[in-house]
Amino acid sequence: MDILVCVKQVPDTTEIKIDPVTNTLVRDGVPSIVNPFDGYAVEAAARIKDNAPDTRIVVLSMGPPQAEAALRECLAIAADKAYLVTDRKFGGSDTLATSYILSKAIAKVEELEGKKFDAIFCGKQAIDGDTAQVGPEMAEHLDYPQVTYALEAAVEGEDLHVTRETEDGKEIMGVKMPCLVTFTKPSYDPRFPTIKRKMKARKAEITHLTTAELTNIDLTHVGLKGSPTRVKRTFVPPRKEAGVVIKEETGEASAQKLYELLSKAHVI
Amino acid sequence: MESKSKDLWVLCETNEDGTAKNIGVELLNPGRRLADKQGGKLVSVVIGYKTDAAVKDVSTHGADQVIVVDSEEFQRYSTDAYVAALAHLLEKYAPTSMLIGATPNGRDLGPRLSCHLGTGLTADCTALDIDEDSGNIAWTRPAFGGNLMAVILCPDHRPQLGTVRPGVFKKPEAGEDKAEVIREDFHVEACKIRTSLLQVIREEGGEVVDLEGADIIVSGGRGVGGPEGFGVIRDLADALGATVGASRAAVDEGWISHAHQVGQTGKTVGPKLYIACGISGAIQHLAGMSSSDVIVAINKDPEAPIFSVADYGIVGKISEVVPALTAEINKAKA
Repeated sequence: MDILVCVKQVPDTTEIKIDPVTNTLVRDGVPSIVNPFDGYAVEAAARIKDNAPDTRIVVLSMGPPQAEAALRECLAIAADKAYLVTDRKFGGSDTLATSYILSKAIAKVEELEGKKFDAIFCGKQAIDGDTAQVGPEMAEHLDYPQVTYALEAAVEGEDLHVTRETEDGKEIMGVKMPCLVTFTKPSYDPRFPTIKRKMKARKAEITHLTTAELTNIDLTHVGLKGSPTRVKRTFVPPRKEAGVVIKEETGEASAQKLYELLSKAHVI
Repeated sequence: MESKSKDLWVLCETNEDGTAKNIGVELLNPGRRLADKQGGKLVSVVIGYKTDAAVKDVSTHGADQVIVVDSEEFQRYSTDAYVAALAHLLEKYAPTSMLIGATPNGRDLGPRLSCHLGTGLTADCTALDIDEDSGNIAWTRPAFGGNLMAVILCPDHRPQLGTVRPGVFKKPEAGEDKAEVIREDFHVEACKIRTSLLQVIREEGGEVVDLEGADIIVSGGRGVGGPEGFGVIRDLADALGATVGASRAAVDEGWISHAHQVGQTGKTVGPKLYIACGISGAIQHLAGMSSSDVIVAINKDPEAPIFSVADYGIVGKISEVVPALTAEINKAKA
């Protein structure tokens, strides 16, 4: 079994603050992390490897050279090999262009590895862009079946059995490999790396793939020029006006006050 | 792809019984405004099986035209069948734009479809307008966990596609049925559908909870303290004629079934009144309820993020405040 996990390095959006003077996003000093949903995808691959130790897990990322840190973290947790797609020409790519680049990079990695991946795992979305589009778009480029919102995946012969979250609960989907699966937050916590793996990951060689290696890429389909969507502008959402805070002596008095306010406003 | 018309399409997802999902009707509201500004028809695309009820629903809620694909393989959503059907329709009719609900299925489908057509898609929009300068749709969406809003355009590719967050727009008023209905005979061979549903895991009790249609929701989170803590939540809900909701934390703890979950992985709701009890207000929960008309938060932690979206906030213990509120309501009713 060969699994490729796609990961993205993202700013920890829970640490992002708004500058009250300029009303813009303060990104300085915000730590970079492995996108948490991609971490769940790594964990899902690791769980398959727990049951089938001859499984090979390869991680792939696209980003600036410092995204190597995210790949090393995945190597420390469970991955066997890491590749980084990095080239200034890829900057400004929207989800369609990004998924195109990654699908071509996957073909290149398969060539270098000398075999095809049975499954591509991704997080359901990155916590910075929040689009949840790159996974399914890659699946379309590759013409693979997809399962999104997965909680866990198990190998059953030629198929993957994927437990996925739905609006009403859960369901188990069977899907033929090769396929692409995007993962959401499972009910268990992902594992931590061991010290030994961390040491090894620090020294691991990460193969960079640039436009020099990725000769299969049509450069008219990448970057800002190759992207169908444009960001017209961004803004910090207006803060909702502070609500009424009720803090009477007792819970009972607060409840009475709330009831008065709600009935006066004809809410109840 | 060149567009052949100025029409605006809205996808209507259907339930297994052939009725329309709420989002399919909700989207006719912003759809009407955009279609008028674009100078084209508002077209609802209904895909499902035995969909007469859904067709009727969108026809009476403002669609000028309804395009129907009705066949057994569409009874349940599958990526392959739905992408095939929509790609076929979009290539045939080539409208200028299409709105898809940002439901789990819509977000599974949208990117696959946009990639298939080689066009742009904007995810999970919360506001829609026409860009005055260019006449393109201006898709407004949150990013960075809601900390930043971005306005996105798709200037040179057609159709312009976007998924729209459920619960943001209200359903339009029902009116007369004046839509022209076009039935498209389209089928997908079973072998082309590469996924199969093996098992639906229903929770014990398997209750049906109508959160999306509720006028009032009383929700409990980790702060209610345990399964028995939902007793006072249910009492308050009963007194108000409300539906009981829950945060993911309470559902993950097993205190209440998933059917009650509000938030990014549960239901997106927009009731007239939302009372959040012991819910801290993780961004995923806020995404599911922040478009409620009036929000009340009751929490013992004055720093809880839920207070930032609340119209009325009480800092206090659930076990004291909630029963007292129930008593007030019952007293007024008596």
